[in-house]
Amino acid sequence: MTQLPAHTEKKLGLVIDLDTCVGCHACVVSCKGWNTENYGAALSDQNAYGKDPSGTFLNRVHSYEVQPDQGAAQTIHFPKSCLHCEDAPCVTVCPTGASYKRVEDGIVLVNESDCIGCGLCAWACPYGARELDQAEGVMKKCTLCVDRIYNENLPEEDRQPACVRTCPAGARHFGDLGDETSDVSKLVKERGGFDLMPEQGTKPVNKYLPPRPKDEQIDILAPLLEPVAAEPKGFLGWLDKTLEKL
Amino acid sequence: MNQPVINLSPKVSDEVRKTTCYMCACRCGINVHMKDGKVAYIEGNKDHPVNQGVLCAKGSAGIMQHNAPSRLKAPMKRTGPRGSGEFEEITWEEAYDIAVGILEPVRRDNPEKLAFFTGRDQSQSFTSLWAQGFGTPNYAAHGGFCSVNMAAAGIYTMGGAFWEFGQPDWDRTKMVMIFGVAEDHDSNPIKMGLGKVKARGAKVYGVNPIRSGYNAVADEWVGITPGTDGLFILSLVHELFKAGKIDLHYLAQWTNAPVLVNGDEKSEDFGLLMRDKDNKLMVIDRTTGKPAAFDKKGVKPDLAGSQRVKGVTHRSVFQHMAEKYLDPQYAPEAVAEKTGITAERIKRIAAELADVAFNQAIEVKQEWTDFRGETHDKFVGRPVSFHSMRGISAHANGFQTCRALHMLQIILGTVETPGGMRFKPPYPKPPEAHPKPHCKVTPGQALDGPHLGFTHGPDDLALKEDGSPARIDKAFTWENPMSSHGMMHMVISNAHAGVPYKIDTLFMYMANMSWNSSMNTRGVIDMLTDKDENGDYVIPNIIYSDAYSSEMVSYADLILPDTTYLERHDCISLLDRPICEADAVADAIRWPVVEPDRDVKGFQSALCDLGGRLGLPGFVNEDGSQKYQDYADYITNHIRRPGVGPLAGFRGNGDEHGRGESNPGQLDAYIENGGFWMEHVPEDAAFFKPWNMNYQDWAVKKSFFDKPMPYLFNLYVEPMRKFQLAAEGYGTRQPPDHLRERIKATMDPLPIWYSNEDENKADEYPVTALTQRPMAMYHSWGSQNAWLRQIHGHNPLYVPTKIWEENNFKEGDWAKVTSPHGEITVPVAHQAALNENTIWTWNAIGKRKGAWALEDDAPETTKGFLLNHLIHELLPPKGDGLRWSNSDPITGQAAWFDLKVRVTRADAPADTQSQPNIPAQKSPVGKGPENLTWKLGK
Amino acid sequence: MHPAPSIIFFTVFSGLGFGMLMFLGLGKPDVSGFTAFVFFAIAYILAVGGLISSTFHLGNPKRALKAFSQWKTSWLSREGCLAVLTLTVMAVYGAALVFWNVRIGILGLLGAALSLLTVIGTSMIYTQIKTVPRWHHWTTPLIFVGYAVTGGAMLTNQLYLAIPLLMIIGLLQIAAWVIGDKRFAEEGSTIETATGLGRIGKVRMFEAPHSSKNYLMKEMVHVIGRKHASKLRIVGSLLLSLLPLILLLVVGASHLTVLLAMLLHIAGALTTRWLFFAEAEHTVGLYYGQR
Repeated sequence: MTQLPAHTEKKLGLVIDLDTCVGCHACVVSCKGWNTENYGAALSDQNAYGKDPSGTFLNRVHSYEVQPDQGAAQTIHFPKSCLHCEDAPCVTVCPTGASYKRVEDGIVLVNESDCIGCGLCAWACPYGARELDQAEGVMKKCTLCVDRIYNENLPEEDRQPACVRTCPAGARHFGDLGDETSDVSKLVKERGGFDLMPEQGTKPVNKYLPPRPKDEQIDILAPLLEPVAAEPKGFLGWLDKTLEKL
Repeated sequence: MNQPVINLSPKVSDEVRKTTCYMCACRCGINVHMKDGKVAYIEGNKDHPVNQGVLCAKGSAGIMQHNAPSRLKAPMKRTGPRGSGEFEEITWEEAYDIAVGILEPVRRDNPEKLAFFTGRDQSQSFTSLWAQGFGTPNYAAHGGFCSVNMAAAGIYTMGGAFWEFGQPDWDRTKMVMIFGVAEDHDSNPIKMGLGKVKARGAKVYGVNPIRSGYNAVADEWVGITPGTDGLFILSLVHELFKAGKIDLHYLAQWTNAPVLVNGDEKSEDFGLLMRDKDNKLMVIDRTTGKPAAFDKKGVKPDLAGSQRVKGVTHRSVFQHMAEKYLDPQYAPEAVAEKTGITAERIKRIAAELADVAFNQAIEVKQEWTDFRGETHDKFVGRPVSFHSMRGISAHANGFQTCRALHMLQIILGTVETPGGMRFKPPYPKPPEAHPKPHCKVTPGQALDGPHLGFTHGPDDLALKEDGSPARIDKAFTWENPMSSHGMMHMVISNAHAGVPYKIDTLFMYMANMSWNSSMNTRGVIDMLTDKDENGDYVIPNIIYSDAYSSEMVSYADLILPDTTYLERHDCISLLDRPICEADAVADAIRWPVVEPDRDVKGFQSALCDLGGRLGLPGFVNEDGSQKYQDYADYITNHIRRPGVGPLAGFRGNGDEHGRGESNPGQLDAYIENGGFWMEHVPEDAAFFKPWNMNYQDWAVKKSFFDKPMPYLFNLYVEPMRKFQLAAEGYGTRQPPDHLRERIKATMDPLPIWYSNEDENKADEYPVTALTQRPMAMYHSWGSQNAWLRQIHGHNPLYVPTKIWEENNFKEGDWAKVTSPHGEITVPVAHQAALNENTIWTWNAIGKRKGAWALEDDAPETTKGFLLNHLIHELLPPKGDGLRWSNSDPITGQAAWFDLKVRVTRADAPADTQSQPNIPAQKSPVGKGPENLTWKLGK
Repeated sequence: MHPAPSIIFFTVFSGLGFGMLMFLGLGKPDVSGFTAFVFFAIAYILAVGGLISSTFHLGNPKRALKAFSQWKTSWLSREGCLAVLTLTVMAVYGAALVFWNVRIGILGLLGAALSLLTVIGTSMIYTQIKTVPRWHHWTTPLIFVGYAVTGGAMLTNQLYLAIPLLMIIGLLQIAAWVIGDKRFAEEGSTIETATGLGRIGKVRMFEAPHSSKNYLMKEMVHVIGRKHASKLRIVGSLLLSLLPLILLLVVGASHLTVLLAMLLHIAGALTTRWLFFAEAEHTVGLYYGQR
């Protein structure tokens, strides 16, 4: 099982828009809620009301500051969960076959009943997408809500990952990145979507849309502010003339 | 390959119950998934007008709030000294007996000795009714320390503000400017709106000293110096006037810009608006050149109009505006240094506003008729929009700054047009349609009317016969004549000082006054526990209702435990703070999707019981028996005006909406409908609502008001001039002398800007200290939330590069922050995208040891901190022998964001805890469990 | 990486055990009967003890047997299989020696080869981890094998080999450190590539996703001060190589000095192995502003 499939029928994944993410953590907590109650073991929390609260989360939002050569520093919110890589190193290192990549859609999953909790897959992942649940001792990771996206008990429009459904800013998109005609593929093409750490050779399925250029201070509208008059008196003269024309 | 077979269609839940979120004030619809009668999972309700399915971090974490170990379990009577946290649990009967024993004599002898303030109340039309029935003038919610400046400035200027009143036309706008918006009301709709705008590639401007959250996604960040937004806006206004880029037609038709202002300096009406014999505002008709009533059919109000009578020229408001705003004091070059924005940039932004408003105007084809009877074939839209709440409100110049922002929108002609700012029903409403404040106390009787409202001149102030304040918070007095939301932040200090008078009982709901909801936290703690010479508490009785073991609980003598939001009835009513959208009228309910497993009761139900026992008018039947068994009974059966009750939907037989008789099945109908009711605004009523008769007629049908009330936008706010006139010596009600100059200076009927720096000793304390609410935990209830507290368990002080380098700060360092009032020592962190004279931290993360069922070594209590220790409800002494309130002189809004400080590097405190480190209180609910593994299903 | 004691003990002691078995398989020393029993017992205690220690790092040790299934792809699985195979072969070989004084030479050779492979297998668990560039390098298997062989030589009293090996392993360890210090930069992952935001400018972490630490940070973002690390490197290489060498060469070989040298060497191995983990930077640290 730890062999990666040579080919997957679909490449389901997320496209995350760094131009729009406001860093609200809605996706983080929605994910926690759904995945605590659903697929596999609950996402537990240790020291929940104490000094060092630490729980399992499958999606976390980082914040970075970027200093361009010119102009003000920018703040960028950066959600990160499993990227469902095509060459997923987390799968091949697994000694038990608990980790696998699904042939039908490319989702990387952990079969928890086979997981010995060795943590090697988490080590192998460059992105920090896997977390060992401290109560259950099994590896947890984003399932792309595999128990939502095909779930016949959910209305059609709800068959998407919890994080996508909840994102208030619409910064998260879900779809088949293997299909060039899909909305997500088009979005990636239009907006120049990119991979995280391409040098790691993992070929992530999830893509990130770059922030649009910010603080571009090009002044082409100056003529609009040509004064009609410098003094209130002159202004009233202009006003009278203009009102005549109205 | 043999992949494991997994169940792709597991059962999601036994049942979905749809109610309204209460993790903040946003009031989104939620689907509560139930398993075995317990809450399993919460998601957004796709049909709901507010959130359309999305849900924020707080909302999704509701399950942790609902099950929090800090929930109060039963009514409690204090056994130890105040502040100790020592209580014994009692029954509700005992609790009511104690409460009635305290309140009955107060009501009989002097109802004003009850101060009833309800904090983060979402049922103000109910709680105020109770307070009215009791007869005390001392009632308000928390608006005075939140955003009254924005709300009041909006109502006075144009009949509504942002959030509950109006919103950018997110679907059509081509440029959005947000001022001072961190996380704020209303959180999900702002995110959804910005998402839509960004998806279209429209431009977002973020004006904020701090580039975080919404300002992080803004295409352009204007890192303004705090407190100077008004100056920046007036500079934009200056540039737009100078270039003639203003919507003259809009101003002439829909605003009081063409109305004549009395120019007779000797008249007691000097500066007031001129009216005809029918008391109608007077304009010059451009076609005839003669004065005419503003609303006469066919009148063409002349912006340049003036009238010369007996040697005195009365000029239009617009001429006064032109004169005022063309003044070079507002030139970009003149304001650049103060605002921290270059003159070139101000000009560029003004040009962009003009370009989008006028060169990129849009049209919506639709026939409609205005109040003058003229029919139009389209709505012309100026697709520039704005949003702002607390950031510009919480300054002592906030009211005028908010007014300036509304004026900017109006001169661009964007308000109520496609792509601009749109009101949400039941707004717009002219200021005159709101009640005036009432304060007439009669022992044993109800108050003479609603407590809060809008003053229109000195006659409306809440003053006693002798001119002293009628209200304990001194709202609606000469110190802050237009304090429409009351001044909750002044209640405890005034009650403690016995000024204007002593009270007997402080009764509060959901207001953490001994911690993050007060300026001067330490001082308030001392006031709550202070004793007089007889050894009695200076504030004799404190009754408090909260669902959780907050810091305030330990200061109460009697605790009425509230339910969680999933265990209660509520109505989000058109009578107070509705959830409408620009295109729809809507209201909603909460209902007990689970029954409480503790001996707790929704506070409003407790008020129904207390109202019955105290015999309050409106709460008892004619035979003296209790009128409403609980809040649900009130929601269903209360009648405010004929045919109008708390909920507008499903009235009568269930098929009448807006008006109709009580319907015993109304709550069930709401539950059936997903917890809310909604009806769309007709298309011909969608825009220009204040002047659009199609809207006005529809609004009457829907019960928003009882007859059409079209009105003009008040660029010139006449009531302010009336207060100025009083300060100038006119009229019978006169301000005290020490306030005259301030009233003259600040109550300008046209928006102005003034600095608050001197009052806050900016020469010695040059850095502004701000707080922002974190999106994942704003409104502070999140502190005990096991999921959210992992995201924000403590709060560093963010310091800009300049201060970071000056102090040689390194990661892990501590800083001493000193204000004129106090000192804190706290951990620092660096932020480059921050105004160079501003520091800030996340709001209300710091907690007191012993509160919220957290362990004593929880980071909230050891590293977390409050800026509140640096803020005082009074300004530093300025040598005139008086202590001036740290509030907006117009509305009394708490000026949180005027805080000036000095920052220096400090050694880590010996206990490596943020200072001041206030000692622990005893937790009346014990501590939470060590670990959580939260799963109902198998 | 978090220097978990269970993993440090596992790699050091199983390495020593298999190193010892390697020599025993080659008939060095040529022991039989009770002496053989003692040698084999020590080797098995070390090897098996090490392997058992590794299970303390597991979240679900009760399922440990499943780890033998994925030898086709997983180095951890291969290492497990190899270890069991080695221990089985050597058990037969050892039993013959202990109970029948018979040396089945071919089995010994096979066992020695398997022991070597097992150690390589152990090393490959780390070497394969591309996300930790310091490990993802030929020095890692060399170090593991070097430690095993050196320790094995000392434990089996093959001093003629142990002395040069001690020198080699010392130099090799220093080389691994020098090379390793450059590895992260060589592999080219930075906070800019991790976030893809390098296209805008210089990136720094502003706020961690959560204010409290999480599994990833505890497991993979171990921060060790440069000064502290240098000190430990000096102490480690002294214990690992130089002090045992001085003892054996200057003081002279005796039972006592050999035993002492061995203990010093093992202490050195534990120290440097602690550093092997503690100094190993994982790319995930980039997301947390660590580098």
